[in-house]
Amino acid sequence: MADNSSTNAYWSANVRIIKISLVIWAVVSFGFGILLRPALSGIAVGGTDLGFWFAQQGSILVFLALIFFYAWRMNKLDAEHGVSED
Amino acid sequence: MDQFTINLLFVGASFALYIGIAIWARAGSTSEFYAAGRGVHPVTNGMATAADWMSAASFISMAGLIAFTGYDNSSFLMGWTGGYVLLALLLAPYLRKFGKFTVSEFIGDRFYSPTARIVAVICLIVASTTYVIGQMTGVGVAFGRFLEMSNTNGLLIGACVVFAYAVLGGMKGVTYTQVAQYCVLIMAYTIPAVFISLQLTGNPIPALGLFGDHVASGEPLLMKLDAIVRELGFNEYTAHHADTLNMVLFTLSLMIGTAGLPHVIMRFFTVPKVADARWSAGWALVFIALLYLTAPAVGAMARLNISEMMWPNGGIEGGAVTTQQIQEDARYDWMETWQKTGLLDWEDKNGDGAIQYYNDKDADLQAMAAEKGWEGNELTKFNRDILVLANPEIANLPSWVIGLVAAGGLAAALSTAAGLLLAISSAVSHDLIKGSINPNISEKGELLSARIAMAVAIVVATYLGLNPPGFAAQTVALAFGLAAASIFPALMMGIFSTKVNNTGAVAGMLAGLTVTLVYIFLHKGWFFIPDTNSFTDADPLLGTIKSTSFGAIGAMINFAVAFLVTGMTKPIPQEIKDLVESVRVPKGAGSAQDH
Repeated sequence: MADNSSTNAYWSANVRIIKISLVIWAVVSFGFGILLRPALSGIAVGGTDLGFWFAQQGSILVFLALIFFYAWRMNKLDAEHGVSED
Repeated sequence: MDQFTINLLFVGASFALYIGIAIWARAGSTSEFYAAGRGVHPVTNGMATAADWMSAASFISMAGLIAFTGYDNSSFLMGWTGGYVLLALLLAPYLRKFGKFTVSEFIGDRFYSPTARIVAVICLIVASTTYVIGQMTGVGVAFGRFLEMSNTNGLLIGACVVFAYAVLGGMKGVTYTQVAQYCVLIMAYTIPAVFISLQLTGNPIPALGLFGDHVASGEPLLMKLDAIVRELGFNEYTAHHADTLNMVLFTLSLMIGTAGLPHVIMRFFTVPKVADARWSAGWALVFIALLYLTAPAVGAMARLNISEMMWPNGGIEGGAVTTQQIQEDARYDWMETWQKTGLLDWEDKNGDGAIQYYNDKDADLQAMAAEKGWEGNELTKFNRDILVLANPEIANLPSWVIGLVAAGGLAAALSTAAGLLLAISSAVSHDLIKGSINPNISEKGELLSARIAMAVAIVVATYLGLNPPGFAAQTVALAFGLAAASIFPALMMGIFSTKVNNTGAVAGMLAGLTVTLVYIFLHKGWFFIPDTNSFTDADPLLGTIKSTSFGAIGAMINFAVAFLVTGMTKPIPQEIKDLVESVRVPKGAGSAQDH
């Protein structure tokens, strides 16, 4: 295991990335898809509004982007802190 | 060749493929049986996870749930995919680093408590068993329709096939059959959807067609759909009618539950490295999204097709479909085929020779019915579960597509059932037998006990599949509540807190599980026995919160109780703090178990 100070810096960086990602996760699904739908109702998308699109398509696409972003960012972070497996 | 032979051919060929793979990928060691020897490529694992994950509920029920409710059921789409973000960010990499075989083993070691491990095993078995019921019912429905046999016989055949490859191959056999099953199910789902999208919108990609224009009328498809369902007295498709609080909680429960389902988490034990576990979660969601982005289009387009078939001459003005048309017109053959299964039915109540399909609870339509001499909705039964299976027939697609859908529905149900049974059997053999009853059991003995546990689990699941509580998707929703309330919080606290101790974790899990179970039983009947419920989901105990949405609250109770009890009891020992620290960094995966 890497020394403690480095591990702590690594862990807090990880937790920060997780927090930002989860805010986006919540905003696109619970936000745009449900609670903020009335506010987005002015933006028309193919016969309905943007909130409907987020609820049935957009949120899933953002989820995908988030997971790949996290995997890429964390692999970089692992290397920066010298904690990768190889 | 008639339709029956084609279906038999497709289903038979797919089953032969699964059994062939099972024989090729026999498990020789416990590591192969529980974790496929940890040699599965992240993309392969992603595909297997997708098949493991996408169940009879996703394949058969979900589009139907969306079709007949519209926007309000978007919860299923967001919930069943959003959980993967939680899984990828909060659980999968750390549990892979921990490097053991079962979810309960992590809970037992991290909370240095055999009790915690047993509680986790019980939660796991209850959640997985509830979930497997839905798969078995799905198998019965698919067999009943496509191979013209009774639900019972269909279920028994399905159980035998799962038995063959899951008992023989363990995780190794299940992984590679799931890859094959994914290919079958995704083709079966998307090919008819592409055809239907082309027919209705001219766009070959259903997810884009959904927001495109309806070719026949030139209007946007969703606008056309809203208009026709409104004319028939139903809720507008794209509008929000559901209670917002319940919708948010339901979505959240599905997300947390997805991340807490042991049969999904287990799949991430099979990849070689921590980094692979992160990528693999992304690949899993790619393969899942192919179906989930298509499902809302399938639902909306099927709803439009059905509404137009029941009113074939341009809405109510043109008159309803006549009984003679249903008998003679080949486009209506699907109605007669499905009537035989008892899942679809109609009755000419007013004897006018036509079948009026409308919402007879809607005031405006009741007035119109009185005027026109209708005596209630005459499409008396339309089980939502048949929508995806009947869809190719409704859209008049070639008969090989129907055979493919039959094989796809079965692939979805069987792959998930196998994953669940594997989770149950490894919990019994690894956590109960090796973990507490007989720790000195030999590798060979453990492998044998895992296989026996699997066989027993299949028998129990088959019995429950024959006597299921409610719709396939609803049964599954209950499993989510339990996984959300018990397993997810324990795992998350185990990784992200260095404070939560043994007593806290056990108290939290028990509180979350008990409160959630009681809430579900109060609404669905004690142990799902009919008429023993005190409340219904239409008028729930707490405000507007249905029993299916309670998992998120159960999770919050779990977190709160765990922290509260931890504060009042002894702090955790140093070696457990070290264990948590080691789980947090990828370096040294594989040596982690030396602690």
